Amino acid sequence: MHIMEGFLPHPWWEIWLALSLPVVGYGVYRVNNLIKEQRNALPLLAVSGAFIFVLSSLKLPSVTGSCSHPTGTGLTAILFGPAITSVLATIVLVYQALFLAHGGLTTLGANIFSMGIAGPLMGYTIYKIFMKSGFNLFLTVFLAAAMADLTTYIVTSLQLAMAFPASSGGVLASFTAFAAVFALTQLPLAIIEGIVTALMFKYILQAKSDVLLKLNVISETTLVKIKESLT
Amino acid sequence: MKLEVVAIMVIGLFIIAFAFISSSGVYEWSGADSQAEEVVSELTGDSYQPWFKPIWEPPSGEIESLFFSLQAAIGGLIIGYFFGYYRKDRAT
Repeated sequence: MHIMEGFLPHPWWEIWLALSLPVVGYGVYRVNNLIKEQRNALPLLAVSGAFIFVLSSLKLPSVTGSCSHPTGTGLTAILFGPAITSVLATIVLVYQALFLAHGGLTTLGANIFSMGIAGPLMGYTIYKIFMKSGFNLFLTVFLAAAMADLTTYIVTSLQLAMAFPASSGGVLASFTAFAAVFALTQLPLAIIEGIVTALMFKYILQAKSDVLLKLNVISETTLVKIKESLT
Repeated sequence: MKLEVVAIMVIGLFIIAFAFISSSGVYEWSGADSQAEEVVSELTGDSYQPWFKPIWEPPSGEIESLFFSLQAAIGGLIIGYFFGYYRKDRAT
């Protein structure tokens, strides 16, 4: 999903940076609150950040004969919401821009927007809606993480399409071309990411369900039901 | 069905799909990021030049994979540390 260094012309890189910065700023404020008020949730924050580190380092081959990588942001989005996720995604994106020449500093805003904001927001929304309707918990986590992953790549395609509209067909034709590269490759990877995230969520639930209650990730009644089915 | 079983089955399917595709033709297995670069040059008729270059690029594929592994190792370390901590926490 990385837009390469220098590949977003003026004014697009400024626009995406301007959209992303306030969210990351708000995320930093939320992290600070967490540090002050919910210290027992901090290990979980470290784990979900580390999860993004691991998953976004894995380049997997896909059905299209090319490689791409999962984002790992779904877990943080479910546990802490999109704003905090954008902060963690920024750390990973800066690491990759500086040491790997993946993505870039000029495209950082656009990449933060797709991986750190749009994807997580989609995952978070799906999680909240499905949990309210009493859907199976692990299936919900799967869907939220897979859709967060896929949304990130669809937004990347859109960002590139808006910056490079085709001479015939415009933005829509460009979007189709970019989505053919990104979204299609990503589909199997999104499924894998969904299932790995569901697995991770299960282990967190088994290890530290009291923190999940405090963070309002699950309700008491769901927790009792899940604990029964797991034992 | 246990979640772990489902996960192993899906990953198994993924590996089979990969084996099938790589045996049915010659692919580059290049990154989607660089393929998007090609789409950009197709759409603009090769006229677009990136206006900024990465400050530093890994000098070789080996060094690039070093930083990718480092990234995964840092993540794995933190996850393992805290899961171990939680386990001990629950046992006492």
